[in-house]
This record gives sequence, structure tokens and C-alpha cells, in this order.
Amino acid sequence: MRALQSHVTTIGTLVAGIVLVGIVPFAVAPFTLADLTLYAAMAILAMSLGFIWGFGGILSFGQSVFFGVGGYTYAIVALNFDSPSLALLAAIAVAVTGALLLGYFIFWGRLSDVYLAVITLTISLIFFMLINSMSSSIYRIGDVPIGGYNGIPGIPPLVVPGTDRSLSVAETYVLVVTVALLVYLGLSWLIRTKFGRILCSIKENEVRAELLGYDARLYKLAAFAVGAAIAGMAGALFAVYSGLINPDVFGIGFSAQIIVWVMLGGLGTLIGPALGAVLIQMLVVWLGKVQVIDANMALGVLFIVAVLLVPAGLVPRLQGLLAIAFGNLARSRP
Amino acid sequence: MLHDMNGLLMDLLAITLLEIFYGIASLALISLGLAIIFGMLRVINFAHGEFLMIGGFSFIMLTTAGVNMWIAMLIGAPLIVGLLGIVVERVVIRNLYGRIVETILATWGLSLFLMGAASLLFGYFQRGVSPPFGTLKIGNYQEGVYSIFVIVLAAAVYLSTYLVLRYTKLGLIARATMQNPEMASSLGVAREKVYAVTFFCGAALTGLAGAVLAPIAGVVPTSGLAYIARSFITVITGGATVIAGTGIASVLFGTVSQLTAILTRPVWGEAILLLTAVVLLRFLPAGITGRYFRNGL
Repeated sequence: MRALQSHVTTIGTLVAGIVLVGIVPFAVAPFTLADLTLYAAMAILAMSLGFIWGFGGILSFGQSVFFGVGGYTYAIVALNFDSPSLALLAAIAVAVTGALLLGYFIFWGRLSDVYLAVITLTISLIFFMLINSMSSSIYRIGDVPIGGYNGIPGIPPLVVPGTDRSLSVAETYVLVVTVALLVYLGLSWLIRTKFGRILCSIKENEVRAELLGYDARLYKLAAFAVGAAIAGMAGALFAVYSGLINPDVFGIGFSAQIIVWVMLGGLGTLIGPALGAVLIQMLVVWLGKVQVIDANMALGVLFIVAVLLVPAGLVPRLQGLLAIAFGNLARSRP
Repeated sequence: MLHDMNGLLMDLLAITLLEIFYGIASLALISLGLAIIFGMLRVINFAHGEFLMIGGFSFIMLTTAGVNMWIAMLIGAPLIVGLLGIVVERVVIRNLYGRIVETILATWGLSLFLMGAASLLFGYFQRGVSPPFGTLKIGNYQEGVYSIFVIVLAAAVYLSTYLVLRYTKLGLIARATMQNPEMASSLGVAREKVYAVTFFCGAALTGLAGAVLAPIAGVVPTSGLAYIARSFITVITGGATVIAGTGIASVLFGTVSQLTAILTRPVWGEAILLLTAVVLLRFLPAGITGRYFRNGL
């Protein structure tokens, strides 16, 4: 069964990859491709939280911190050293370092549930406040001013390695979508490894896992760092996409959104959070266009309704319905 | 000359102490409602900041409409936010007791909703009422007399909350229900009612805090964000003990953040407060009162 599932994942991803990378870039306008690039970057971020929360039981309200740190690091390194590829690596490295540091305090303090949520939320608020207040030109790293609430503009795009040629809109789209698909495959694989199974067992029953000899703190820290690396990369890709990064990525509204993506899409799956991110991003873009109702208000209502009515999320719901349908089908066969 | 220097130093000391006490008092005020709801009901109310914001708006709206300022502050705002609290408890929270994560998510949704609603209703410009009582001169320094009022009020609110919880029948029932809901229930206590009343009290105290701080801080729809990190961290670090925990944490964080703010800039004061909390929770994961004063109130 597990092998079958793994095949389904691989084949599904391949088909999605062929459609998204092989057909879509030729079929839609560049403007739409840019939108799709954003959705793909957000889907990567959503999967990073979907992984640590759904499979590691770590409800972090600060996943946006790693995203923002990744974006800022990319901007600062790319502008200082004129090397986007180095900047991408730096973004991941800084996010992981931050996660190891923060993770030490969280997991060695054995903070859980509420405490973990509040601490991570607090960290993102610290970043939000500090970076917002750094608008004076004395706050700079190398040649790049932090820019306070205005953020850092003019972030360079990625280049073809070894040359000076910047990636076009379509190429950036292909890159980000490919990364998203690889992250999906990579995490699906990681969950099925021994590490992933131990992580899940810790989520289910930490005491029992520890009595069996596994150090829960280490496993959680490792998962947290993997999540941070992915989120940091998503942040860097986001900075590439938008050419601008500002403190809003540390804001409470954005951290809330990530949680809604995962929650609505389906906790305990990887595809659910990714779909949730895309759907809600589309909704937010649409709300911004029609201007009928405050986007925050709409998100808030959606949030409450999701928790009260679809606590399991859309994808598990659908899977459940499908299972029932197929089950009936199988039974009705002679 | 030496006498003068001494005088100046005394003035500086007096004003610094006043600032610190004010920092402690405001922290204690904005955290108490949250602490009651968390400590008694084990519900983390992420819309707490918006409750404060609505308290502030109710106070300002009532005052502008011609209601006596003190009635608006001490009765009007708490009542409005308290009633809102009951509605929230009945509609949302009631379905989620015991499911901490879901509660966090639902109340966070509520917070976004209330923020959006407030910006639709009131717009984004800051509203305020100038603080009453004028100012007090200490040597070359000035301090609003209102700050002293806030300090006294915070002390009074804590004392009365303690007395109610410790000595009245209401407090006894509330504590019993918190300790053992099944037992209380089988002894004839209407559990649902106790929850609703407790939520009302927490929300009302939050409304009061919002109103009291409105003349100093002003109110905008996003005001809640300015309070939320501080109040959460105070309550969480305090631990599950409502009065003692939140009180001690307020004293600790109020002092640390005000001193840092005076020595550097306000934004660092806030950052240091939060960092202190992160480090503290590493060593006292269940909060200060998780280890000490475990049987206190």
C-alpha cells in the first residue's frame, strides 16, 4: 500500500510537472505567469509549514520569519555581492541557522502547543517592529540600507549560472514551479524514511517515542530546520519574483495566512497546504481587485468557518469522500 | 551646588520610578483579562488585542457622544466588550473547549475580522481624548497626573479581582469549576454559565484596560497589534496562576522594558521584553508560577 502511494505521488507529480512546466508557459500570458510564480512560491512556503506542523506536530506561528529572513538575506547578499546564486544559498543558510538557534530554546525548553505558538508569534513581531523602525539610512548591511517600512527595492533577478543573463519571466516561472514540485517530492520521500516515521511517532506520542530511545528534541529540531530551509528558499524566490521585500512579510496578517493555507488545505498532507495557498492567494488577489469587502475581514470569517466546519481541511475531506465512493464501487463489483 | 546635584538626581530617580511603575501598571492592566480567560478557561484568546482596541473605541465614541468620561471608561467600555465576549463565547469558543490549537486559530480569525470591521467603521486615522488631570512637575521633568491614576487603578483592579476570586461565592464556584468541571457539575453548578460569566469578566476587564489606556495611546483599528505580543508574553510567562503569575511577570517585564526604553529607544524596550521572555521560558517552560506559587491565585 505504501509503495503504491509512493508511485501515485511520483506519477502525479510527473504529470503535474509536464503540464505546469511543459504546457502552461506557452499557453498563458506573461502577466499570468508572474501570478503563477507567486502562487508557486507561496505553495513552497505552505508545504514547509505543512511538514513541520502536520508531520512534526510543531505549530509555528513564525514560519513567515524564515520566509522573511530568506527574502531579506537574498536581497542583501545579491545587492552587495552581485551574485544571485550565492544569495540563494545564503538565504537558506541564514534561515537554517536562525531555526537551529530558536529551535534550541523551544525544544530544549520543551515548550509545546500554546507556548510554542506564542513564542514563535513573538519572534515574528520582534522582527516586524525592529525592521520597521530601521528606516534611517544609518541602518545598512554593506551597501544596502534596510529601509525600514519601505523595505529593500531593486532586488536583482536570478541569472543563468556562469553567465550574466537574467532569467526571463517564463524561465523564473519554470524554475519556481520546478522547485515547488521537487520540494513536494523531497518532503514526501522524507516522510517515508525512518526519520519521517520517527518524527510522526513523536507527534503522536512524545513520551512513548522517548521511552523507545529516540531523542524527541533532536528530531523536532531537525524537522524545524528543514522547514526553515524550505521557507527561507521560498522567501528568496519571492524576493526574486517581486523585486522588493518589506517588513509586511513579518506581519501578523501574513503569518495568519500561512496557517489558514495549511488548515484549510488539510493538516497532515503536503498537497493540501500547497493547494490551500494557491486557492487563498487567488482569493486575496480577487478580493483586492473587486474591493467589495476588506480582505482581512473576509480572511477572518474564512478562518473561523474553516475551524468550525472543516476542521480536517479540504484535501482529507475529499480523500474521505473518494475513499467512500471507491469503496462502494469496489463492493458493488461481483 | 552639591545640594543642587542631589536634587536633580532625586528628580531623575523619582521620574524614572514613576515611569517604571506606569510601565508595570499598564502591562498588568492589559494582561489581566487575558490571564483570566487563559487561567480559568484554558482558552488563548488571540482576539485579545482587538478587545482592547474595541474598549478604546467604545470609550472614545461614548465620550464624544457626550457621556460622562468616567462612566464611559469604568462602566460603558467594560460592558460593551464584556457583552461582545459573551457573544464570542457562545458562538465560537463554546464549540472548542479543550482544543487549544483550534481555539487559537478561530480567535485569530476573529481578530482579523474585528480589525477589518473596525477599519471599515472608523477608518484609519487615529482617534483620541486628551488625558484628564493635567501634568505634574517634578523638578525639570513633567509627568501626566493621569499616569498616577493608571497606577492606582491597576492596583485597585488586581486587589478587587483577588478579593472576588478568594472570598466570594462567585469566585469559589469559578475556581471549583476550573479545578474539576465534572465534580462541580455534579454538585449542581451550571458549567456553561460559569464559563460564559468568566469569559464576560475577562472581556470586561480587557475593555476597561483598553479604555483606560486610550487617552494616552490613542486608538486605531490596528491598535490591538501593539498590545498583543506584550500581553501574551506576560500571561504565558506568568503561568496559569491568574493574579500572582501575571502580577509577577508584569513587574519583571515592566521594569526591564521601561528601563531599556529610557536608556535606548522604545522599540528596543519592547524587543528586550520579548527576548527576556524567550530566554525565561527556556528555563521555566510552564511559566514562573508553574514552578513557584503553584497553589496561589
